Amino acid sequence: MQLLSAYENIELAERMLAELCGSASIDEETTYWVGMALREALSNAIKHGNKLNPEKRVQVHMKLHPEGELKIAVEDEGDGFDPTRLGDPTSPDNLLRSNGRGIFYMRQFMDGVSFFAGERGGTRVELVKRLRTRREG
Amino acid sequence: MKSKVRDVGDVRVLDLEGKITIGAGDIELRQNIEDSVAAGRKNILLNLKGVSHIDSSGIGEMVGCFTTVARKGGRMKLLNLTQKINDILQVTQLITVFDVYDNEAEALSSFKS
Repeated sequence: MQLLSAYENIELAERMLAELCGSASIDEETTYWVGMALREALSNAIKHGNKLNPEKRVQVHMKLHPEGELKIAVEDEGDGFDPTRLGDPTSPDNLLRSNGRGIFYMRQFMDGVSFFAGERGGTRVELVKRLRTRREG
Repeated sequence: MKSKVRDVGDVRVLDLEGKITIGAGDIELRQNIEDSVAAGRKNILLNLKGVSHIDSSGIGEMVGCFTTVARKGGRMKLLNLTQKINDILQVTQLITVFDVYDNEAEALSSFKS
């Protein structure tokens, strides 16, 4: 899926993710938190990566793997960034900051969060969630 | 996000509903708080009962509003967290920052102390 750099498109991507999760009988709780992680990845791509440039796109790939993993990749067309320079938003010095929690959110809600240089010079973030279906409880 | 404004005594109650997320609810929340403070209503209670999602931008705005109100000599407190919003405040450790209530009468009384 390819999205224009507009926040409204986050809703569209989240709905598509919810449909994918529904088709695989993934429970509502997991669907909610994975959706929140996707929101953060897209927000970062649109705001910090593409800087809301309407000529730049965000690529989104979502795939359910038979071994029981949901993998999501979000790639922007920005200038890239260094994820090692992130502060801890729960440290006392940062607790009252109004930004800097997006990647923290992703790491809380997913089992794996990895950053790579994108093919167009931007950033690709890959999110992994290990799944239990409703049938497994 | 939808919001309804009520004044109960000297407390402004904002009944919020929907999503407080980037590009929409976050800006509306900030505007609501700025309008309240500009109107001299510096004791603010956010009723989050109808809020389904708060992303990191929404949380950032809540923190920003909290500090803005405090700088103006007021207080901002939270009412009726859903389980998911409570979970988010727990993992971000902001639950230690905000005064949180699940009973409106108690929340309103707390502003008198």
